[in-house]
Amino acid sequence: MMAQGAAPALKHTAQDGAAEAIHVENLHKKFGQLHVLKGVSLSARDGEVIAIIGGSGSGKSTLLRCINCLENPTSGIIRVNGEEIKLKADSHGHTVPADRRQIERIRSKLGMVFQNFNLWSHMTLIENVIEVPVHVLGVKRDEAIAQAEKLLVRVGLAEKRDVYPAYLSGGQQQRAAIARALAINPRVMLFDEPTSALDPELVGEVLKVIGDLAREGRTMVLVTHEMKFAREVATHVVYLYNGLVEEEGPPEQIFGAPKSERLKQFIRNIG
Amino acid sequence: MVGLLHSIEIALGATCLGLLIGTGGAFGKLYGGPVVRDLLAVYTTIVRAVPELVLILLLYYAGTDLINQALTAMGYQRVDISGLAAGIAVLGFVQGAYSTEVIRGAILAIPQGQIEAARAYGMSPGLMLRRITLPAMLPFAIPGLANLWLIATKDTALLAVVGFYELALATRQAAGVTKAYFTFFFAAAVLYLLLSLVSNFLIGRVEAWSRRGMPSLKEAR
Repeated sequence: MMAQGAAPALKHTAQDGAAEAIHVENLHKKFGQLHVLKGVSLSARDGEVIAIIGGSGSGKSTLLRCINCLENPTSGIIRVNGEEIKLKADSHGHTVPADRRQIERIRSKLGMVFQNFNLWSHMTLIENVIEVPVHVLGVKRDEAIAQAEKLLVRVGLAEKRDVYPAYLSGGQQQRAAIARALAINPRVMLFDEPTSALDPELVGEVLKVIGDLAREGRTMVLVTHEMKFAREVATHVVYLYNGLVEEEGPPEQIFGAPKSERLKQFIRNIG
Repeated sequence: MVGLLHSIEIALGATCLGLLIGTGGAFGKLYGGPVVRDLLAVYTTIVRAVPELVLILLLYYAGTDLINQALTAMGYQRVDISGLAAGIAVLGFVQGAYSTEVIRGAILAIPQGQIEAARAYGMSPGLMLRRITLPAMLPFAIPGLANLWLIATKDTALLAVVGFYELALATRQAAGVTKAYFTFFFAAAVLYLLLSLVSNFLIGRVEAWSRRGMPSLKEAR
């Protein structure tokens, strides 16, 4: 009870006037016949932590992956930092980014953390962390290394800097992946179920790192199954059901006084 | 000895050319449009279906003839194509078809998430190829490519039939002149063996380096 009562006080709340970092409007995504997203809208202002929750198959990961066009939306508007991603139809009728350089530039401002870490296996941790700053953003190598070392200290992996990912536990790999995301100094961090592939005893160390980031006011969009964690760190919770936003609001309302019958049942089942 | 050097030269050149064709071919097959994919399918199927000796004769004689006909048609002088260049081109063309398949398989073996991470961080296709795809596929490609290299060193002997002076032809001539067949062919065999042994050693080093991020199977047991 103590911890839960104290959490909102620690929570960084976004100013009403903060700029909109991510804006998603009426997003649709079809995989062939399968209609995964049926018109979802989402907004993240600077400093907000948006938690997307929902059952399996509700489209929450797809929604997150559409934001940086890892999945191309079928229709809808996506704006990152106020810049709308230009989309066009290719020869097969699929929607694809119209301007490769634009999408690359936007992606390099979004720090993505994956469910399966996806560290580059032929690089040591420090090489993984400096890769994007040096080769995509054009940061000088020694500056990138100095910054990467600080980030590895921060996620508690300083002594593992020259180790290859395959020799680390899942929790360590995920913390390194968070350091890699932080190294690009992202405008927004995107987390795609960051603890779902971890052994239960390793979940805590990763959530602690993410929680610290949330409390210092980083803008984040977080897809998660960790309801208790979402309640503690999120400023806004979105509950997706069957490709639509069923209910959204501040965490106290979503978890404390849910209106929708489906959400009530979802929380009962998870809790 | 000059024969051996020529053999190595051709094998090296052909393997390099083959790797270039193979890398391009693999990417074309995986990411190219339907026309590119079909053309590459025809190339790899035909080259791998026809015996190499036949291909060498065909490409060497018909190829040089074709080039010269084209040159005279355009009003240029006929040229003598050097045996070395022709040998490299012909064997490289053959090697390219096999390495296309080896490299294609290796790229498919890369965990997809690593490619996805590269995309998610805004890497351009060229950068992703250089920094992620090629180094990540290398451990899966090395065993197959090593086979191709060893085959290439031996395939150079086939070029003897078109009169290119390499180890096999040199041996036959020396043996024919001196009548010491056993000595010369035994020496040639030893040289081929040495070439393979040295190659194996070097390939082992390269393979260990390419697998630097992977725990060995022994440790995992």
